[in-house]
Amino acid sequence: MKFFKNHPKYAQFIGLLAVFFALYLTVTPSETNILWRFPALFAGVPGGINGFAEHLMYDWFPVEIFDPELEEYETSALVREVTRGFSRGVLFCIEFVREILLGGVKTIVAFTSWDFVGDNKWAVWPALPWTVVSGGAILLGYALRGKALALLAGLATAYIAIFGQWEPAMETLSFVLIAAPVSCLLGLFLGAVAYKSKTTETILMPLLNVAQTMPHFSYLIPVMVFFGVGDHAGAIATIIFATPPMIRLTLLGLKRVSPEVVEAGAMNGCTNAQMMLKVLIPTARRDILIGTNQVIMQCLAMAVIASFIGAKGLGFNLLLALNQLRIGQALELGICIVLIAVVLDKLSLAWANKQTNYFADDSFVQRHKYGIFFLILLTTCVILSFLGKLIFAGGINYFYLIPHNQGITTEPFWQSGVDWMVENWYRGLQTFNNWLIIDVLMPMKAAYLGMPVSATFVLVMGVGFIIGGLRSALIVGGFLLFIAFTEWWDRALITAYMTSFAVLVSALIGIVVGSLCAQNSFASKGILIVCDTLQTFPSFIYLIPVIMLFGVTDTSVLIAVIVYATIPAVRYTVEGLNSVPATLQDAGSMSGVNKLQRWVKIEMPLAFPHIMLGVNQTVVFALFMVIIGAMIGTDDLGQYILKALSDKNGIGNGLMLGLCVAFIGLAVDHLIHTWADQKKAALGMA
Amino acid sequence: MSLQISAENRVKPVIKCSSVYKVFGENAKKLLAQSNGLVDAKTFKDAGCVVGVNNASFEVYEGEILVVMGLSGSGKSTLLRCISRLTDTTSGNIFIDGQDLLAMTSKQLIEVRRNKMGMVFQNFGLLPHKTVLENIAFPLQIKGKSTDDSMKRALEMVELVGLDGRENYFPRQLSGGQQQRVGIARSLAVEPDIWFLDEPFSALDPLIRKEMQDEFLRLQGVLNKTILFVTHDFNEALRLADRIAIMKDGVIEQLDTPANIVLRPATEYVRKFTEEVPREKVLKIVSVMEPVVDASLLGPLQVSKDAIIYTVAEAVLTEPKHVAVVNALGEVVGSIHASKIINMLFGQADATDDIT
Repeated sequence: MKFFKNHPKYAQFIGLLAVFFALYLTVTPSETNILWRFPALFAGVPGGINGFAEHLMYDWFPVEIFDPELEEYETSALVREVTRGFSRGVLFCIEFVREILLGGVKTIVAFTSWDFVGDNKWAVWPALPWTVVSGGAILLGYALRGKALALLAGLATAYIAIFGQWEPAMETLSFVLIAAPVSCLLGLFLGAVAYKSKTTETILMPLLNVAQTMPHFSYLIPVMVFFGVGDHAGAIATIIFATPPMIRLTLLGLKRVSPEVVEAGAMNGCTNAQMMLKVLIPTARRDILIGTNQVIMQCLAMAVIASFIGAKGLGFNLLLALNQLRIGQALELGICIVLIAVVLDKLSLAWANKQTNYFADDSFVQRHKYGIFFLILLTTCVILSFLGKLIFAGGINYFYLIPHNQGITTEPFWQSGVDWMVENWYRGLQTFNNWLIIDVLMPMKAAYLGMPVSATFVLVMGVGFIIGGLRSALIVGGFLLFIAFTEWWDRALITAYMTSFAVLVSALIGIVVGSLCAQNSFASKGILIVCDTLQTFPSFIYLIPVIMLFGVTDTSVLIAVIVYATIPAVRYTVEGLNSVPATLQDAGSMSGVNKLQRWVKIEMPLAFPHIMLGVNQTVVFALFMVIIGAMIGTDDLGQYILKALSDKNGIGNGLMLGLCVAFIGLAVDHLIHTWADQKKAALGMA
Repeated sequence: MSLQISAENRVKPVIKCSSVYKVFGENAKKLLAQSNGLVDAKTFKDAGCVVGVNNASFEVYEGEILVVMGLSGSGKSTLLRCISRLTDTTSGNIFIDGQDLLAMTSKQLIEVRRNKMGMVFQNFGLLPHKTVLENIAFPLQIKGKSTDDSMKRALEMVELVGLDGRENYFPRQLSGGQQQRVGIARSLAVEPDIWFLDEPFSALDPLIRKEMQDEFLRLQGVLNKTILFVTHDFNEALRLADRIAIMKDGVIEQLDTPANIVLRPATEYVRKFTEEVPREKVLKIVSVMEPVVDASLLGPLQVSKDAIIYTVAEAVLTEPKHVAVVNALGEVVGSIHASKIINMLFGQADATDDIT
């Protein structure tokens, strides 16, 4: 009793659990019992959204538009014309870049007509030989950073070319080269505006919160409705998805600029524009670069997802390979995506860190040496590709462009590996698989589904109340209420069950691995590099090896989720433990603690709030992956989003489902952040 | 570094503040208007406002070093920020070379800052992404000077502050003292008339601080700027100042020459600072010398009237006769005897009571 007097929160929590289980056991499952399930009050909302979108696209504000092909005026809705024009612009940019890399006629057509191209056989834009692109990447890497980056760029491009993935890779690249800069600039701009104006910030923040917890798929549906299907739609979806983290990090970076630097800028007589462009943004560069890095990663993660709405390239092929269970090919494609991500990331980083030498009294040749090198390279490679035409007469010109899937491939090797594993491990894996599904997952799923809605509310709002008082209780209650009023409460429970299972395992693995690695500075650095690398992988990649091992089952999804979601848990654990002040470590050593005591008594208490932020990330990562897992086949919210994607009137369902997922994430995020902030303040670390 | 203010400079101060108030918080203006200039920190605090600067009126003359001294929270940095208009003054007037600073448009303000003002910050305020050279050239480039010209000028500044060979270092690669040298060079690059220094040496180690103070005096010997220097270190103030303003709770408690502050503290608060100060290390001969009664009693030794007592004490003590005190032109303006110095060093504190 004394214990509970000293720790009233524990007493509250035990009381809460008691009420929860009482409700769980007493409430009878029945469709009419409001304590069991809330009525689906929002069931009509998706239809309303569909109607609204349709009205906006087809009826609202009609304008007269001249159709050059039919040579007459016709009536069309304003929004439709605006989105169409925008789509055309984006598509033109993508095709322009694509044709520089791969050749074609569309750019010429844009300025003339299909007839012109048909009549004039010479009017074809030739592709750059892959050797030029590869050499250019090497040169760029060398100019920006040095030999190491040049080597990386060289190996990456050579891999892509030799494995015969040049065409899809360049298709993907052309769309990333448009989406990534636009996202960065847009994010930078909106971040700067939010920094300048408090009102913008207050409006933007909740939008960003929702945007960053909405699953990728949910973005696709409205984009499809408003912009149609194709590469431009993929790019637009990618831009919408990749901009929020950029805005957030720009704002964070700008806020972190020390006031003295701002004052110094002011005293040097900076105008507002100079202050922003020459003082604030460069000083906040570290955070902004993290934002750029995020943008590039999101772009490539979306490369796969955008292929659902018609983006061509590696992602599309990867999806195809996964659907056909061609693991080896999927792996090769996945590696291509990762390589492009890594090279682009390193190049942008090197570009931002470039230094100028003001006193090099260089000659013309010296100053323009890279340009001249490139010209030489271009000429040599073009001549080489003409020679190639003669050498490989009739066959494939390996110096010009290696056609899709005509390169070497390791697919048979991987396929035989998979076959071997299936042959030798099948029994073991299957036993494990069955045990997991029958003895762990099924009961857990049943337990979640058997939870009356009243019990869920009592538990979640009660936890909210214990952590953050009435305000928190109302916030998380509000999020939950939204989901409860839709017709997908059961689906949300399944999502919650998969997510919580994955988070439990991930957090456990993450904290253990992180703690072990944090004991040694070498291991800490190593594991952080591993985390960095794994985070560069688009989420889809994680599905490849698990399908290889477990086939198309719930186990596969969960294992992919666990692997993906463990990364932030490990990272935050290592960071948290490493940031324990050295004086405290010394104080511990002088008190004679052993390793275990040090971990339990000193490091853990201090690092725990930070570790919980890692767990928060784990939850977000897990949610994303669970939804993507719909690709393999699940029966939760993700599956319904995927269904909405192929539904003509899917926009309402898609958005509502996306919000459901976002609100699960935001409720957890709110609870963990409130708790961690309090804990940090109590430890004096805020 | 003596204060030689000619008559016309007295008439035209470079910086002139009259009844400057800075109150933080909402309703600050309204509260101030109600108070009729009689600001009491406590009543303001109850109303949710913090008084930063409370009725500051003073002038800074050309070529003068005015040191504003106060403990943290005394409002010294706020005062400096009012005069550089980094914060908005709540009420009062500030004139820079006769121009009304507070009435300037932001365009005019930018012009003044680009051409007339330079400022050094406590934590250096360097741009982390620029090299030493780029940092120093920054104000010039902001003004729109060509890269060539600004780099040339920046290189001169690098030499002036003794950072040759480190032009291409980044701030993070430099020690604190070196970083502040960059800060100083940057603030001087546009050749400003007015030089603001906000606790420039407070973030440095004691030995480096001393070195930087010497460097500062050397630079001022060459450049002769009008300086407003903020510090919390009383000894630093005594060492560098022509005049010192001591602030407490936003109020200037006393504004006077170092000698007068040490000898005649105006308030109890100021006296507490001066108690521990070894006078012989602060006062100049001129403040303890006596009129020449009989020129024949003077020995062969001569000391400058501007010499700090401590630095010439040994020489004066070895001279049995009265020692002649001379001015910069070598004219005898007074005399001093070893007994006076002994009194100074070991004797009664009132030994200096009868001097100006």
